[in-house]
Amino acid sequence: MNRYTISALVTNKSGVLVRVAALFARRGYNIESLSVCKTEDEELSRMTIVLKGDDYILGQMMKQMDKLIDVKKIKRVEEDAVSRELLLIKVRTDAGTRSQVLEISQIFRAKVVDASPEATILELTGKPAKLDGFVTMLMPYGVMELARTGVTSISRGKTTIQDETDYKERI
Amino acid sequence: MKLMGAEILVECLKEQGVSTVFGYPGGTVLDIYDALYRDGTIEHVITSHEQGAAHAADGWARVTGKTGVVIATSGPGATNLVTGIATAYMDSVPVVAITGNVGANFLGRDSFQEIDIFGITLPITKHNYIVKDVNELAGVIREAFCIANSGRKGPVLIDILKNVQSEKADYEPQKPVLPRAKAVPPRALEDAAKAIAQAECPLVMVGGGAIASGASKEVRAFAERLDAPVVSTLMGLGAFPASHPLFMGMMGMHGTATAAKLCLESDCIVAIGTRFSDRVALNRDKFAVGKTVVQIDIDNAELDKNVSVTHAVLGDVKEALTTLIPMLPEKKRAFSETAKAYRAQELASQKPPELGHRILIEAAKLAPKDTIVVTDVGQHQMWTAQYYPVEKPRTFCTSGGLGTMGYGLGAAIGAAKATGKHVILVTGDGCFNMNLNELSTAVTQDLPITILLMNNHALGMVRQWQKLFYGRRFSQTDVRKKTDYVKFAESFGAHGMRIEKEEDVDRVLKAAFALPAPVVVDCCIGSDENVLPMIKPGQTYDTIMTEWEEK
Repeated sequence: MNRYTISALVTNKSGVLVRVAALFARRGYNIESLSVCKTEDEELSRMTIVLKGDDYILGQMMKQMDKLIDVKKIKRVEEDAVSRELLLIKVRTDAGTRSQVLEISQIFRAKVVDASPEATILELTGKPAKLDGFVTMLMPYGVMELARTGVTSISRGKTTIQDETDYKERI
Repeated sequence: MKLMGAEILVECLKEQGVSTVFGYPGGTVLDIYDALYRDGTIEHVITSHEQGAAHAADGWARVTGKTGVVIATSGPGATNLVTGIATAYMDSVPVVAITGNVGANFLGRDSFQEIDIFGITLPITKHNYIVKDVNELAGVIREAFCIANSGRKGPVLIDILKNVQSEKADYEPQKPVLPRAKAVPPRALEDAAKAIAQAECPLVMVGGGAIASGASKEVRAFAERLDAPVVSTLMGLGAFPASHPLFMGMMGMHGTATAAKLCLESDCIVAIGTRFSDRVALNRDKFAVGKTVVQIDIDNAELDKNVSVTHAVLGDVKEALTTLIPMLPEKKRAFSETAKAYRAQELASQKPPELGHRILIEAAKLAPKDTIVVTDVGQHQMWTAQYYPVEKPRTFCTSGGLGTMGYGLGAAIGAAKATGKHVILVTGDGCFNMNLNELSTAVTQDLPITILLMNNHALGMVRQWQKLFYGRRFSQTDVRKKTDYVKFAESFGAHGMRIEKEEDVDRVLKAAFALPAPVVVDCCIGSDENVLPMIKPGQTYDTIMTEWEEK
């Protein structure tokens, strides 16, 4: 199984997310993460989807999504694209372990965003693999809870998702 | 000018040239029904049940190519449409379904007859809407018609809140814009054309997309130029004339033995507007191994979905063929002669038909000119596909993808209403019982529908599978109903007739076809007539069974 990242520009209105999610559920696609945000154009939202599967599933998913009326542009994110994810993690810390946790945080360049006698919240942005590594390192101290945004990506250089042709315009 | 939402809907339907709608009134569509009443120019056909109305809109659309319209109220009215919408979705039929919903101040509170029909129909519509603002209504309706009848066609549902129907907004009439299919550039077809030109034994495989695209003329010109035999999927019947010497019949699970042989022996399959469904390709991995396969389809997601093809062409079938035909050399081929010989041999070796088949063969001979044939689902559906020669596109309606038992009568009503032509509905006793309430609609509307009810007191197709795969354990497939269908028909105000033996066929059919009104012909056939040939699910074409064999 490979991991693929897809970006899509979709209509910014209610019901679009459920439409996309329902499509994944019905066709049995295995989604690792999905993030949605507003864009510079208030009519459009941007979705970044991380899919696990093979080339056939990737192709089918992109084509099926492209058929949705609310999906305006869709693009497979290149390997070298800029991809980032945000992690917030609450780790059990006390006087004895706090300095060790902070040391690990420094290695990963994570930020402390909250501290209390029994817990510390850390913030880290980076590629998903970096976040995975950070979480692994903190496991022994007791991860109380964590939240990740899912990956968001953008191509390098001057090309943008707007350069893609919508299949619906070709027929 | 300021109009109420319900009036805007009616005006927008008129913009689209809608002359007839099917439906059923109720609490949340009262404003719409009032607007229809006050306007008085759109004919409304009320059915017995919303499902019948949905199938009628589907039948209307299949025979005309125009978008069918169905209206239902919220809650149960809307959910009753679901099977009809799903049927249209699976067969890519342009239908616009309009439902009412509770007003904005009742929405989301589990109010009386409130249901999330938007959510329910998400996976069975091409697109759907819930309209909460009257200012968006006209735009949504226009867009819905445009979506339903362009690209790969399909149903679109518009759920309109009750308050939206009575609130006012500005309305300006607009001419409908139907997006025209784009031309397919020659460069998209160059490789495919070369591959086809190099083939020695090309086979044309035609599907429902050819009918949806209005490409029968092009399909014919293409096959003739190539001198290639043509086989059709169930959905493609009518796209190529059944009487044409190059036509080799239906392909797939219950296709002709000739079609099966040709699929195996061809070196190149040109698939036109078809998605290689499991009932056609059967074993999708082995179906086209080692062959050149050119697939032309307007739905990008169908290219390479079920069978991986060597040349995928995205675009409208008619446009693609128009570009492709002049790129091919005209040539006579030995393969088409072989095909014709196979077909002649198959026809010559056919056993004398059993009563069910005989009725269909005779019906085809005796039917009034330009008769439209509608079927339900099961054995009778396959017999009709095999024995009733469909000459023209849009004269054969059947639920291919969803396989909806109970589809037929509603669809027959829609087809008859749309064309004014005689309609033969071939149904079975299982299917007929599912929606026979609509016989009253056919009677009220005084429609020329001859219903050939293949009454075998069994759910024949399921029974056939029980014979083949379940050791003749006929679980729930013996229908023990005591219904007298002649009396039933008469009690509904229709005519009832009966065929009990071969000698009755000619006389009864002539009498039935002479009546331009609903006639139920109770055809008493045996429980053990089978559908042959058959290729078992998932099997390859070389395993085709032409004689009945049970293990």
